[in-house]
Amino acid sequence: MLTALAILTDGLVYAAYLFLVAVGLTLIFGVMKILNVTHGSFYAFGAYGAATAVGIYYDRGLPEAGGFLFMVLLAMAIGLVLGFVLERGVLRLVYGKDEVVIVLVTYAVFLMLEDVIVLIWGPRSYGAYQPMVAAGSIEIGDLVLSNYDILLVAIAALVAVVSYWALKYTRYGRLLTVVIFNRETAAAFGVNVTLVYTVTFVIGAMLGALGGAMMAPKISVTLGIGVEVIVLAFAVVATGGMGSIEGALIGALIVGICRAAAVHLVPQLELFVIYAVMALVLIFRPYGLFSRAAPRKI
Amino acid sequence: MLSRAHITGALAFAAVAAVAPALPPWLVSLATIAFANALVVLGLIILWRAGLVPFGQALFYAVGAYAVALISRYTSWRDVFLLVAIGAVAAGLIAFLIGFLLARYRDIFFAMLSLALSMILYGILVKTETLGSTDGFNVEPGTFFGYRPRGAALNLALFWLVLALSAVAAFLISLYFKSVAGTLAVPVRDNEIRLEFLGVSVNRLIHLKLVISGILAGVGGALAALAVAHVDPNMAYWTTSGGFVFVTILAGAGSVAAAFVGSLVFELLRSIAVDLVPGTWQIILGSALLLTILFLPEGLGSLFQRLRRAPQKTSAGTAR
Repeated sequence: MLTALAILTDGLVYAAYLFLVAVGLTLIFGVMKILNVTHGSFYAFGAYGAATAVGIYYDRGLPEAGGFLFMVLLAMAIGLVLGFVLERGVLRLVYGKDEVVIVLVTYAVFLMLEDVIVLIWGPRSYGAYQPMVAAGSIEIGDLVLSNYDILLVAIAALVAVVSYWALKYTRYGRLLTVVIFNRETAAAFGVNVTLVYTVTFVIGAMLGALGGAMMAPKISVTLGIGVEVIVLAFAVVATGGMGSIEGALIGALIVGICRAAAVHLVPQLELFVIYAVMALVLIFRPYGLFSRAAPRKI
Repeated sequence: MLSRAHITGALAFAAVAAVAPALPPWLVSLATIAFANALVVLGLIILWRAGLVPFGQALFYAVGAYAVALISRYTSWRDVFLLVAIGAVAAGLIAFLIGFLLARYRDIFFAMLSLALSMILYGILVKTETLGSTDGFNVEPGTFFGYRPRGAALNLALFWLVLALSAVAAFLISLYFKSVAGTLAVPVRDNEIRLEFLGVSVNRLIHLKLVISGILAGVGGALAALAVAHVDPNMAYWTTSGGFVFVTILAGAGSVAAAFVGSLVFELLRSIAVDLVPGTWQIILGSALLLTILFLPEGLGSLFQRLRRAPQKTSAGTAR
């Protein structure tokens, strides 16, 4: 019973993390049809930015909740700048090329940004554990839960709700949906697709950085953290259906719970299970759980 | 069947093999790895011509490498020809099996699924103690039909082996490109539905291409395992696959020779970049990739074709 409960809570926390890193990726793919490898860099920059913010803020006797806020805001500001520079500076040059070629462009930028991190923050690793310690923990029965984990789940849920609401009920969200369905028709009806692209990419980048910032207190912020996140986020997005926010949510939950079950029951399968779930889903639903049928062009 | 390109290629391989003993040892080692990887890239070019980019080709590479490593660990077989053959068969078999699944996918989905499959192997390798876990394990030095070279002689012998296999592979693949199945790659890329209406099974065509490229990657991995004398799970990680795709873009899918030249250029670029600016070599690699995509979308191979075409263009006047 305890194991089942532990699997559920661990799975939820891991799913929250997966959703936070996957939602930006799926948004960018849905709107721009770009599979953005640079998303791993957004995550890494977010985490490093958060670590810097924590280093500046804590140990100064300022209120602790403010430190968390400062950390998240700084990371998202970094994401905003990075996303804007990339979209206007690089991606703009390659729109219209093959989808696969654009993946490689983002891969090239990812390689470069990996070294930019070394140039800015150096090769050492950073800890940003203070917000996690400050949050404390609660006990429910025999189960000890970190309040920070609960916050993580809450923020992931908030992001899910806000993005769902924004897509369905705001003017900008509806424009976005139009562009997702058909870019050319949208442009013909006067939607400023260029602007939509820039804004979408920047929001996606900020979400990636938010994911990094939220995870920074839980991990050691060190070189190469972006590399692993990319494939994880890809797996989640592919499981759920690329470009679908609901898909990212369901994909994150499935993958998160399956991984937690593996960790508690058969630890050897931990890494294996994530991709096995994805492969299994793709065998039966080739384009993911929440994919739309695409018209065949002859 | 033998064209001028074949003869030029054979002469080039023979010339490299002849000067190898005079080359500095670091260059021989570098070229060995470069040509072993070029075989993987050759497989990627086959798929690339049909519009498919596998982001998980390291799967077959690692299968080839681990097949060699496991056999040299648990049996007394040491003959490199046998080991490479087993690596090729193992990778080809895996490619054949997962081909039933993978051949149904196109575009990004093909790339993603092949990525996922290679990451499954990575996960298994990392978590399995008997397969060496994260450290991997060493590969015993091989023998060549009873000949047991050591030290520099072994490196040279391995280089000649890689060259010989590369020459054979280059010849066979150039024949494949001229065959019906090979020339159908471009129509697959352009419009496969039309091809289906002409009575061609595109899935089977792609399945065949997958098996060929899997075998090539297996041979490359087996050779790399012998050359480095070590295998570890990173051989199956997605960054390894990314490196192969990188070289494919750099080389371009225009010709078989491009794979070898491109792979050599990539290894040289990487070792020079690591040497000159150890902290920032990825910036150089990334910029090289970006510049290639922006200004030389057909790869380095197209540079030669442009040079070859240039005199004709002037004689034909200002056609373009």
